Amino acid sequence: MSSETLIIQAGLSERSRKSRLPARLDLLQSLSGLFLALFMWGHMFFVASILLGKDAMWTITKFFEGYHFFGKAYPWLVSVVVAVVIAVFVVHAMLAVRKFPINYRQFRVFRAHAKSMRHGDTTLWMWQVYSGFAMFFLASAHLYQMLVWPQDIGPFGSGGRMWVDGLWPFYLVLLLLVEFHGSIGLYRLAVKWCWPNCSREFLKKLKWGITAFFLVLGLATLGAYMKIGYDYQENYKNGERYTPTWAQQAEESAK
Amino acid sequence: MSNGQNNTASGGKTRQRTLTFHILRYNPQDPDSKPRMQSYQVEEAEGMTLFLALSEIREHQDPTLQYDFVCRAGICGSCSMVINGRPGLACRTLTQDLETDVTLAPLPVFELIGDLSVNTGKWMRGMSERLETWVHTKEEEVNLSKAESRMDPELAEQIYELDRCVECGSCVAACGTAQMRQDFVGAVGMNKIARFKLDPRDVRTDDDFYEVVGDDSGVFGCMSLLGCHDVCPKELPLQTQIAFLRRKMATIGC
Repeated sequence: MSSETLIIQAGLSERSRKSRLPARLDLLQSLSGLFLALFMWGHMFFVASILLGKDAMWTITKFFEGYHFFGKAYPWLVSVVVAVVIAVFVVHAMLAVRKFPINYRQFRVFRAHAKSMRHGDTTLWMWQVYSGFAMFFLASAHLYQMLVWPQDIGPFGSGGRMWVDGLWPFYLVLLLLVEFHGSIGLYRLAVKWCWPNCSREFLKKLKWGITAFFLVLGLATLGAYMKIGYDYQENYKNGERYTPTWAQQAEESAK
Repeated sequence: MSNGQNNTASGGKTRQRTLTFHILRYNPQDPDSKPRMQSYQVEEAEGMTLFLALSEIREHQDPTLQYDFVCRAGICGSCSMVINGRPGLACRTLTQDLETDVTLAPLPVFELIGDLSVNTGKWMRGMSERLETWVHTKEEEVNLSKAESRMDPELAEQIYELDRCVECGSCVAACGTAQMRQDFVGAVGMNKIARFKLDPRDVRTDDDFYEVVGDDSGVFGCMSLLGCHDVCPKELPLQTQIAFLRRKMATIGC
């Protein structure tokens, strides 16, 4: 057994050299949060490609499946990316949960404090705790689905999931949680590390601007998938995958 | 919350208001005492501060009301209390900036002496001893007859800026982390470390500072809610100091 273990067990850790782990964990919490928030920005732009049409979304999907590199789609490549995101997500959740109120006394005193203070940043943190807690479950469910069934991502597959499988309320809630949690998190990172060194008023305005932009984009995207799901429900039920327009035209001219 | 216009009549003449103070009363020395709200009415006077209103209540209505004060000028930090939900100094708060109904409570986190009076000194001393908030020099004995080493005026100004802290406890009372975790050093502690880190007379290195604030009861416990920064009556740059310290301590740990 290491001497460090024995010192900690004996309750003498305060008397020895302070561990460097808290510094690393603090930095890792910030970096994992930054990675996830930026990933979600990219993710939103990728899924919003449906607003440009089914062909655009198909092209993006196939890009991530390596179709444009290997001439053949490998959906497991998406699973690899999802696995990395899951790993970062778990690390971030594990680090962030340390800051949560851990018992009823702490929860009650913090809630009373936030209510009494009527202080924007304190209230925003409570929202972050609530949204983070909800995402333990909702984001996990979505990530698992993408990990196991990456081949179902596509105009018909994603649209059918929303409409035919009735998952649109799930995605609506997840969208709200992600956008609020992510933008509040980015704002907090900026004020925490003082980078960029802008005024908090400006950062807060920027934060709300980003939230509004991604919410509008997200809601429009969700609506587009629901409409495709409704229009092509039979194709989805028959397990049909979307064929891009140019491939359809090529098939028709070949006939 | 500010409604400075409310007590001014259309002709520009000040209209006297009757203020109602709802004060949280509790005496921890009395086993029969239960926390309760008690209301007092005071006629507002021109330029009246919260401290003056409390003096009025104690002098003419209720001599048992407990609250602290020393300087009456925002220098000693004794009269810090929770005013309408937010910490602030009673002597620096003008009643004209408040609604007619004012709620007062003691600062949380600190040991309650009674009513609005809390023992910030005990907490501050504990924090100071823990963080060793004094200049650490090489010499074991201080030679008072020796001239002090010169300091760049700009640097002295920067140190003075952080030294303006009056230890009123408002930042601790406004801190979400301090509410939940009693061992958290608060912005006051981190500001002090940032101050001694600037001081060239202090021989401590970043590694030494890490030993006192490099954990979750120190700078890494701060969640950057910045209630401290927003309520500090001396308007200290707490956000930038905590961020500065966090960056330095994170560098030590990595």
